[in-house]
Amino acid sequence: MYFAEPQGIGSRAVRFLRERASARLRGRLEDRDPDYIREALPLLWLLSTFYFRAEVRDLGNVPADRPALLVGNHSGGNIIVDTFVFSLAFSTFFGVERPFHQLAHNLAMAWPIAGEMLRKSGTMSASHEHAEEALAAGAPVLVYPGGDWETHRPSWESDRIDFAERKGFVRLALDAGVPIVPVVSIGGQETALFLTRGAGLAKALRLDRLLRLKVLPISIALPWGLNVGDFAGHLPLPSKITIEVLPAIDLEREFGPDPDVDEVYEHVTSQMQEALDGLAAERRFPVIG
Amino acid sequence: MRIDESIRVAAPPETVWHYLEDPEHYLHFMSGVTHWEVVGEKPNGLGARYRILVRVGAAEVGGLVEMVEWNEPFDIAWHSVTGVDHRGRWRIRERGEGQSRIEYRFAYGVVGGGVPGLVTQIAAAPVVRRQMRRTLRQLKRQVEHEQRRLEAELRRATRQAARA
Repeated sequence: MYFAEPQGIGSRAVRFLRERASARLRGRLEDRDPDYIREALPLLWLLSTFYFRAEVRDLGNVPADRPALLVGNHSGGNIIVDTFVFSLAFSTFFGVERPFHQLAHNLAMAWPIAGEMLRKSGTMSASHEHAEEALAAGAPVLVYPGGDWETHRPSWESDRIDFAERKGFVRLALDAGVPIVPVVSIGGQETALFLTRGAGLAKALRLDRLLRLKVLPISIALPWGLNVGDFAGHLPLPSKITIEVLPAIDLEREFGPDPDVDEVYEHVTSQMQEALDGLAAERRFPVIG
Repeated sequence: MRIDESIRVAAPPETVWHYLEDPEHYLHFMSGVTHWEVVGEKPNGLGARYRILVRVGAAEVGGLVEMVEWNEPFDIAWHSVTGVDHRGRWRIRERGEGQSRIEYRFAYGVVGGGVPGLVTQIAAAPVVRRQMRRTLRQLKRQVEHEQRRLEAELRRATRQAARA
């Protein structure tokens, strides 16, 4: 839940309305609309090809015939360009007919127009239940363990994987019995100049309790100039986006019948960091790539 | 959006046809193709199905296609079954002794894509056209090489028959 607990008179009515709205906003498996995705592909292709000069490598590493937990590093503040690029690549590679779901922060799902677009694209609010439901239905699921913490890291930490020790994705993959497929991207953190997460400010304003926000980021971004919070998003700079899909990690085969969560977490994040270092080494200039 | 490109090759339509009917050749001459796999029992002919992927700009685009025309040695046409909507055609016609004209037609578009869909179709056209031209140039090289190999075989057989 991302609303504050109501107090005083009318709390039951507020709770009722809140629960109804919240259920709708969270998204469901059946909200995904393949025709909508098919119709959105041309615009995504246009932006990805000409504006972001995007490149997605090794999508064939995603198992073609079984579910998998795709684990990505999160970049770009609230305008997560690399997610759109990856969704385009996945849909054109496997076809919109193949179910594919992503998990997003509640706040993103609550946006009036963007939230509806996200739901039709197969996005659901981030929760273990949603991920388990999608995996059980046979769909690959894309998660960003680093969430708001990672996506608002300063631009000079663009080449750093930072999941803030959030290891829930490992338990999720183990419980669902699915492989983990790391998805590493670079370029998103150069769509604006991200200065600070503003973690202290968020805590002082109690945003972590009220809105599940651990950050109040400050950046310099178009068209706002100084951008506090990035709640209304920003116009991303045309940064070159490169995404690499790493080979699937079969947890039981790699770590035995009783994998240790910490060990798996270290393995996945170190593999991703290694790949990100490689992608960073390829870049000659910020934004241009 | 439909794009047509053509090329003349120094080989009769039969040689072109025999090259195009073999699905194993497609990875060698189709520009941008990253995947070409036979789906099902039938390797070629009417109703044969292939899973194909072609890199176009930022995406590998493709899906399942089915052969809907197989008119030897003149026409091969296919439609997409799943994935990105498109249809294509090879049109092979004789142009003088031992010469052929190969026409490659490709049509694509998304119904319901609105204005962005139309803009994208127009923006994608030069990218698709460049790939089609490269494909035809590579096909010409392969087919003419195949023709020279056949002619050499014929000359060798004639020489051996003369010696005997």
